[in-house]
Amino acid sequence: MSDITLNKTEPVRFRSATEESPATRWTLIAIGFIGLSILVFAPLIAVFVVALADGIAASLKSLASRDARDAIRLTLTIAAISVPLNAIFGVAAAWFITKFDFRGKAFLITLIDLPFSVSPVVAGLCIVLMFGTNSLVGGWLVANGYPIVFAMPGIILATMFVTFPFVARELIPVMIEQGRAEEEAALTLGASGWRVFFTVTLPNIRWALLYGVLLCNARAMGEFGAVAVVSGKIRGQTATMPTTIEMLYQEYLSVAAFSLAAVLAMLALVTLLLKTALEIRHADQLATMRRH
Amino acid sequence: MHIEIDEISKQFGTTAALSPVSLAIPSGALVALLGPSGSGKTTLLRILGGLEFPTAGRVLFDQADATNLTVQERRAGFVFQSYALFRHMTVFDNIAYGLNARPRAQRPARAEIARRVTKLLELIQLPDIGARYPSQLSGGQRQRVALARALAIEPRMLLLDEPFGALDAKVRKELRQGLRDIHDTTGLTTVFVTHDQDEAMELADMVVVMSMGKIEQVGKPADIRAKPATPFVREFIGA
Ligand SMILES: Nc1ncnc2c1ncn2[C@@H]1O[C@H](COP(=O)(O)OP(=O)(O)OP(=O)(O)O)[C@@H](O)[C@H]1O
Ligand SMILES: [Mg+2]
Repeated sequence: MSDITLNKTEPVRFRSATEESPATRWTLIAIGFIGLSILVFAPLIAVFVVALADGIAASLKSLASRDARDAIRLTLTIAAISVPLNAIFGVAAAWFITKFDFRGKAFLITLIDLPFSVSPVVAGLCIVLMFGTNSLVGGWLVANGYPIVFAMPGIILATMFVTFPFVARELIPVMIEQGRAEEEAALTLGASGWRVFFTVTLPNIRWALLYGVLLCNARAMGEFGAVAVVSGKIRGQTATMPTTIEMLYQEYLSVAAFSLAAVLAMLALVTLLLKTALEIRHADQLATMRRH
Repeated sequence: MHIEIDEISKQFGTTAALSPVSLAIPSGALVALLGPSGSGKTTLLRILGGLEFPTAGRVLFDQADATNLTVQERRAGFVFQSYALFRHMTVFDNIAYGLNARPRAQRPARAEIARRVTKLLELIQLPDIGARYPSQLSGGQRQRVALARALAIEPRMLLLDEPFGALDAKVRKELRQGLRDIHDTTGLTTVFVTHDQDEAMELADMVVVMSMGKIEQVGKPADIRAKPATPFVREFIGA
């Protein structure tokens, strides 16, 4: 009797089916936050702390050194060349895979993922084997004054190999989901193939493309293994930011190493901020595109 | 425009979507392709529109061989089953797309394009939705926008794949009448696909009953009802 009256005075709260109890919710949030802190935030902060251990002046001075400036310039150049090329290849590959039916399609999709599963060091060695002075192609190229290995073209090849999947991987599911109907509609309305690509295909994939390009860019600037093998790490010539960081660290120049590492980390952070800013700015547009 | 389908067949790998079919569609007719799922209706419509090419056979438009015309050259107003509106464009830009896609010399001036789009929006009785995006429209409104977009290119024929497929019964009835009216005012040869026999019988001048890649019977709705040519037609219509 008293139980019933008690229940009546208690306000009834309904919970949606997908909602967890507060305890579960807070535990999950805490686990996520602790995990992120240990794995991501703490190391990131540590990089900046060590970089600034001798004060900001020392840090800036090491960054102004010739080797550091050369490394930054080289890394930015490599990214500026390999990312646009990979964006074009990625769009072409995704377009080809999603718009045509052909035998061996599944195999081709697996092949696109290959750079993710092959160790970058192995990839670098493959490039050395193919284009090194002792190979047929490489020997001929070197004889004609176009060295690939231990030079910029090799680093670009290595970077492109390692970062190839990013754009295509982002685009393939989006393009499969969207199907061909809109493009076919544009064709029946009299548009040429190129016009369809620029007015229908590209606008529909632009967010996935942007995301893929940003990831590709972050990885291109950070690639170490493959580049270390093909570049020869010649200071002032073929040493990129990651390889320079490693060399400085091996020489116990920790302020210099971590200052450069901080710059690299900041480049990556800027990339992510850029993406977030774009997403916020075009939020309404994104929403209208996702529904429908 | 008079359309003639001459011994068209279509293979997809080992499946025959169309065994040789022949059909003459008189100019200005409103024709229904009626049949159960998988009978080849969409395939035949896509071949007419130039989105698919036949394995063998010919398509003739006004007696001229059109088999090798590209999809752009066919100038068929095509309404897709899912409408396929451009989701990143407003309704206005969707309808204007075909006019903007014309080569510069044939492209109407901007003001003229706006005038035509406005007129089409009035024709589909949705004069105020030009600024909206497709995601902000109901199913029935999308269907009408898709129709307006197809009409904007001044097509030589109108091809519709299950135009009322995804709509509820009441909206279907309204839009049926809408299509009939548009057909009667434009006089365009119109082919639409359906697997709803009431829709075919009520709306079309001529019904083409298909089954398993073959044409079972062609005729006026009343004639098909009165004299089914094959047991399949009797069963399909009879229900
Ligand atoms: N691109 C394709 N690849 C392989 N087979 C196909 C393709 N398109 C259609 N088919 C096959 O051709 C046959 C006819 O298909 P179609 O789409 O023309 O049928 P439909 O009459 O439109 O059916 P529904 O009413 O279900 O839309 C089916 O057996 C289908 O599986
Ligand atoms: Mg169909």
